[in-house]
Order: sequence, then C-alpha cells, then structure tokens
Amino acid sequence: MADVILQNITKTYNKGETRAVNDVSFAVEKGELFGLIGPDGAGKTSIFRILSTLLLADSGTAKVNGFDVVKDYRSIRNQVGYMPGKFSLYQDLTVEENLSFFATVFNSTIEENYGLIKDIYVQIEPFKTRRAGKLSGGMKQKLALCCALIHRPTVLFLDEPTTGVDAVSRKEFWEMLKRLKEQGITILVSTPYMDEATLCERIALIQNGSVISIGTPENIISHFPKKLLSAKSGQMSRLLTHIRQFPETASCFSFGDAHHVTFSENKNQMNELLVFLKTKNHHDVEIKEITPTIEDCFIDLMK
Amino acid sequence: METKTVISTENLTKRFGDFTAVNEITFDVKSGEIFGFLGANGAGKTTAMRMLCGLSNPTSGKANIAGFDVYRQTEKIKRNIGYMSQKFSLYEDLTILENIRFYGGIYGMDRKSIKAKSVELVEQLGLKEEATKLVRSLPLGWKQKLAFSVAIFHEPKIVFLDEPTGGVDPVTRRQFWDLIYAAAERGITVFVTTHYMDEAEYCNRISMMVDGYIKALDSPANLKKQFGASNMDEVFYQLARGAKRNL
Amino acid sequence: MKQFIAFVKKEFYHVFRDRKTLLLLFGMPISQIVLFGFALTNEIKNSKIVVCDYANDVATRRIIDKMEVSANFEIERILMSHQQIEEVFREGKIKLVVVFPANFNNSLAHLNKAQVQIIADATDPNTAGTLTNYASSIILSYQAELQGLQKIPYQIEIDIRMIYNPELKGATNFVPGVMALVLFLISVLMTSVSIVREKENGTMEVLLVSPFKTILVVISKAVPYFFLSLINLAMILLLSVYLLNLPIKGSVLLLFAESSLLIITALSLGLLISNSTSSQRTAMIIALLGMMLPTILLSGFMFPIENMPLALQVISNIVPAKWYYIIVKSIMIKGLGFSAIWKETLILVGMALFLLVVSIKKFKVRLV
Repeated sequence: MADVILQNITKTYNKGETRAVNDVSFAVEKGELFGLIGPDGAGKTSIFRILSTLLLADSGTAKVNGFDVVKDYRSIRNQVGYMPGKFSLYQDLTVEENLSFFATVFNSTIEENYGLIKDIYVQIEPFKTRRAGKLSGGMKQKLALCCALIHRPTVLFLDEPTTGVDAVSRKEFWEMLKRLKEQGITILVSTPYMDEATLCERIALIQNGSVISIGTPENIISHFPKKLLSAKSGQMSRLLTHIRQFPETASCFSFGDAHHVTFSENKNQMNELLVFLKTKNHHDVEIKEITPTIEDCFIDLMK
Repeated sequence: METKTVISTENLTKRFGDFTAVNEITFDVKSGEIFGFLGANGAGKTTAMRMLCGLSNPTSGKANIAGFDVYRQTEKIKRNIGYMSQKFSLYEDLTILENIRFYGGIYGMDRKSIKAKSVELVEQLGLKEEATKLVRSLPLGWKQKLAFSVAIFHEPKIVFLDEPTGGVDPVTRRQFWDLIYAAAERGITVFVTTHYMDEAEYCNRISMMVDGYIKALDSPANLKKQFGASNMDEVFYQLARGAKRNL
Repeated sequence: MKQFIAFVKKEFYHVFRDRKTLLLLFGMPISQIVLFGFALTNEIKNSKIVVCDYANDVATRRIIDKMEVSANFEIERILMSHQQIEEVFREGKIKLVVVFPANFNNSLAHLNKAQVQIIADATDPNTAGTLTNYASSIILSYQAELQGLQKIPYQIEIDIRMIYNPELKGATNFVPGVMALVLFLISVLMTSVSIVREKENGTMEVLLVSPFKTILVVISKAVPYFFLSLINLAMILLLSVYLLNLPIKGSVLLLFAESSLLIITALSLGLLISNSTSSQRTAMIIALLGMMLPTILLSGFMFPIENMPLALQVISNIVPAKWYYIIVKSIMIKGLGFSAIWKETLILVGMALFLLVVSIKKFKVRLV
C-alpha cells in the first residue's frame, strides 16, 4: 500500500493569482525513497506543507499513512518526521539540547531511538556541547536530520535538505538516506540539484507547479525522445555558438566539459554537423552519442 | 590578448581570535578570466571573498584588487567591482527600471548614460514589456539574470558572484552562464563560487579551498589530469573529503 | 507535562543566552526607576521661602527661627499681608509661602489647637512636594517640642495648598506609571518576538507538525515570560522602596496578584500580535510603537485623562495600563484594599479573558 498519496492537489496563493501547485497526483510506496526534483518556485515546498498538514490545498485530496491530511491531521502529526527547507534549529541551544528538546516534544527520548540515529549522531557527538549556530553547514544538516528522526517516524519529509551544502556533504547525506530507507522508513525528499535524482528510487520532475514526468530515473531517461550527442573541442564557447547555428540543431546546452546536442528531425545528423563545423574552422571536434542525464530530460520536458 | 593581472594576493590571511579562517592564500587572476572559487562549507570562501571586496580587513598578507590595495583603498575597490549573491539581489518592491537606475546612481553614473543604458539593458534581456513591473513578480531565473546585469551595469573591472545560480532551473542556469561568458568577453573578470560541479567546468581556472588553504589551483582539464578524475565532482570529492572543519 | 517542562526550559535558555534580550528585560526597569529616582531624591537646599506672619508671637517666631536654621530654607522676607503672596509667586523666585493666622500662640495655648497654611508653587511638582514635606516636618517638630514640656496634646493643623498644579502629578505617581509601562511593554514584546522568531527559524513548522498540542506551544511560550515579569516587578518594587524611599502602603500580595493579571493581559496581546506577523522586526515595531505610545499617553500617568478631549477619554478605557495604573496607585500609595479596586480588577479580568480567548482561537494549527 502506498504511504503517501496525492490526488489532483491544487494550491493557489494571493486569492488564486499565483498557482503554486497545479493538479498534482502521485503516490509514494511504503519504504520508498522518492524524490521531487525541480527548481526553486516549482511548488515543492507547498507540496511538503500540504502533506505535513501545515497548509490546506484548494482542491484535491492527500493521504499520509492512510490518514487524510485535513481530517486526521493530528494522527499524521504523530507519525511523520518533517525537516522544512529553511529549518535552522535553535541556534542558541547546543547540539544535545536541540536533540533532547525535539525528542521530548515528540514524546520520546534520545535513548529510546538512539539506534536509528546512531550512525548519524556519532559524527556530531564530539561537538554535542557546541551551540547549533556555530556548526558548519554539513553538521547542522546532520543534526536537523537527527531531530526529524528522533521519534522514529514512519514517513520522513525532507524539503531541500541539501540546498547550499557542498558536494561532499551532499554525498554523505544521500548515503545516510539510503541507510534510513533500509530501516523501512518511507522518504519523500526534494532537491533542486538534478544530479541527485539518480540517487532516488523514483522521482517526479516538477516545474511551475506541475509534474512533468514521473517514474524511476532509468525509466525517465529511457523515454528521452531523441538521440543525444556530446560535443567537445578546444574552444567550447565558439563551438556552442556554431552548433546552435547549424540549421538542424534543436537544442544545444553546455554540460560541464561537453555540449549536449539534439537535432530537430530525430535522425543522426552527426556527420552533417561535423562537416558544417569544419566550415566554421573547428577541426578538433569530438562528437559521440551518449545516454541522457536527468537534467537533459528535464530541459527537454520543460519546453 | 590583454593579460593584465586584476586580482593578486600574497599570503592573504584572516584570523578570528585563534581561528584562522583564511590561511596564507596566494593567487592571481587575469583580466577577462572566469575564475571559479570552490570549496566545502566553512572552508573560508566567504571570508576570502569579503576581503577581496574590501568589506573586511585582512589580518596579514597583501592583496591588490583592480589596481588598488585592500588595506588603504577599499573605497576605490568598491567603485571598480560588482557584486551579486543568491541571497541579496534586488529590491523586490521596486520596478525593474527603478532597480537599474538606483544601482547606476549608487555607482555615480551620470543621468544620461543611466537612461540610455537602462533602456538598452531591458531590451537585451527581453524584459521590455515587464520593465515597469515590480521585481517581485518576476520568476527566480529572471531575477538572477537581471541581478547579474545590474551588478555589471557600471562596467566594473571585476564582478564577484556568490552562488549566483542556486536553485535556478537548468535552462535558465545555462542562460545565466551565457551572460557570464558575454561579460568576460567584454573584458570583465568574473570571480564565481558555485556548488554545481558542472559549472566548475565552465571556468577558465579553478581554485579549491580546504580548511582555509588553497589546496589546488588550475584549469579544470589540468585538475582532472592531476587527480586522475573523469569529472570535477571527483576532483572536489578527493580534495574536500579530508577537510577537518566540515565534519 | 514532560514536554511542557522541556519547552519552558528551552525558553529560559533562549532568554539567558541572548544578552540583548536580557538587557531589555532587566535594564529597562532599572534604568527607568533610577532615572525617575534621581528626579525624585534630589534634596533641595537653601530654597528661598516667604513667611506671612499675622500673629508675630512667641510660637510663630520660634517656628520661623527653626526654619531659618534649617539647611533647606532661606527666609527671603516676612510679609504682613495676604495680598502680597500672589505677587511673590509671580516673581517666580519663591516656591513656598508659610502663613500663620493671627492669634496663633493664643489659640494654641487656650484651645490646644492652631492652624498653619503652606502654599506651594506646584508647577514643578517634585520640588513643591519636597518643600512642603520639609516645612511640615519643621512645624511638627515644634509641636513635638511643646508636647515634650506639658501633658496637654497640642495640635497644629497644617493646611497645604498647591497652586497651579493642585493634583501634584508626578513624583510618587511615576513608580506605578513605570510599573505599568515596563510590565506591559516587556510582556507584549517578549512573547510576540519569541514566537515570531520560531516562525523565521522554521522551527515553528516542526513544532506544529509534532504531537505537541498547539495550545501548549502558546502557554509554554507565555510561562517563562510570566515569571520573568514577576521578577521584574519585584525588582521595581525593591528599587522604589529602597532607592526612592517609596513605601508600599497596601498589601504586597494583592499588588502581585493584580500585576499578574496585567501580565496575562499583555502576554495574550503579544500572542495576538505574533499571529498576524511573520518577521521579528514587524513584531517589534508593532509591540513598541503600537503599544508604547497609547500606554504612555492614555494610561494617565503622564497626562491627566480628565483634561483630554472626550474621544480620547473614551479610547483610554481600552488601554489595560490605565486600569492597572489606578489599581497600583490605590494599593501602593493610598494603601487601599481589594474592596476599593474590584471594579478596575473586573475590567482587567475581562480584557485578559477576551484577549486570551481571541489569541488562542486565532493561533493557527496550520500555516497561513
């Protein structure tokens, strides 16, 4: 049975002027690690707030653990763990004070569920007398996760836990999530970083309040409708301009050290492109067909 | 091509009590270069950037920004640089044109050139229709692009960008980098921090800060070679993994 | 209950770890009291006074001598007629006139009773109050002198007249005023800011999603500030008794009970403010500007309400500090009991209940 179900959820602000969430439906299975992937302003936070019973949707229904988010909000509040996007703990309380406060508020103690948070907590334990405000970004994030887990929730909502955190801490964070998933906790997590999508079992790509694609990352990638080429040369900036000038180019974007190219007719016009580029004085161009990334899919679906 | 040095530091250090936030960093940035300033959280990036912008006095070491000394000529430095961050960008309750004119005015541009240039800028960004709307009503991606254009409106020698593309959608993120390239081609030096490792590839050179030190500094291609990595993500991971400050 | 205690403990941590809050919490009452205290305790020396002596007998001459010797007074001249008194005051140099009626010693000797009139220029109420006190004590010391000699109870009736400001606003009245102002403002400010801070931090979202009842969030926010306000009150009272020598004439217990009532009213108001704001700055501005001005202007301790236009007089009735001010004055200065202030108390209870119910009703179990 699905742990989290959204059906045609719509949420507007400013008396209907701003449409934050537009007819969104999806379900998260029990014990699944599900990602909401999309840029800021896509509606991710509104979805989290509706699910954690903090906001009422304009229309549609949502259930968490079989409870309705409007009628049974009390039952839901007993069972979910929620880490809001701008959650910053109590800066003036120490690590230990923060944790024991949240444990008590959630009717629990640190000892009771220590097993669940142990892996994470041992990393911050040496600093337990330090005030939360003096922790580094990575440590804060770990402490916040501990606080959200301290009552052993069955469903965990994490709103952009990795935003503004460096690549190393992000990687560690995702490893922690994987271990939590193994303990049977259902996790719904959002992120604006497209490269984190493949770390989820299933994802929903979301843009301007609407889900534009949903499925396993492999599934979404396999549905990429076109052939994708990667192009490299010694002069990347000029190359970008000239690939875009090629009449058959549908899109060309930089992806790190290469440009990703699609053609408007879905056939392989790689050789024609190479010839065209030679006329523009590119002689060291390296082009090959590649598997798209989630970011390629997102860009394609945005149109 | 002109290869004047616009940022030059020598053993630049900042200490807060017995904590050394930035430890003897030495590097040069050439005019028109796109310089990526990377590092883990707490590595000292923000502190270093503040010193370079003339907002905070170094404890020791030398630094010269756009030809001016960071100890004595901070006012002149501020006139010759632009700054933009993810958090502070524009006044939400002013219109697009009002924002542009306000920043032009701050940097002492005369009224005539502000007027001419602001019309030009609005057209260039494709915001002609929205020019008299409040910035609040713009989508985030547009705000960031506009904020960048405003930061270089007074044609500074250097522009400092602090995580300019955080949370921006993939297409707008790339359009943003198009703007960065265009600025660099006009000779504006771009000094940028980011958490997106693919963006590190777009820089001419990158420095990696770990625990207050610059641990590596080279072009992305050379760094990958040096660390035997296939992408910048791995380079970053190898360097920052050993960081003590970010446990 | 364990949750509740944990919450209250956390609130105390916040207060004691934030120097600015502490300074505001305890610095404000101290500075206010000390400030007013200095205005009050300044001893007045060599003040020029005038005596109008119709009797000119043994007794009056003895009293005048005593005044002359005192360090407080310097007798400028002795008048023989009443008409000149007003002239003397108009000149502005003289702050006090002592009038002895004719046959002063005679009536004292035969009727065991005599009258003295003290007239003071009350444009500066503090000075006028102090000077009349000095003068009365000299006269009373003469009375004591007489009684020491004979067994007959002599009695000199002192008739004090304040001219220009007969109510003698100021002086002792400042302490109740400061109490009302400080307790009310700090309670409103503290609760609203501390709740809004949780909103800004994002911690409120987590608290709302927790099984902790929302009503308890509200109450546990209020409890620490309630106790801190009581400590504040004790501090103000200690300062006023020992620094300003202003004794509490009535029941201290009653005073604390009534103050608790005001604090609860203020805390509820703070909750109400925090419900409708989302930034600490806005909460602070509303609490300080929106509450401070009405409290100072309309509570009656700075400006007499009776002299205000009718509209303001009506509005002043909804200012809780006004009723509290009346209550404190009655208890502290007049030494009256509950029977004298039950009406004001009832009004405050009504206000507290109303605000408490509205603020708890309005406290959202969800975000806006």
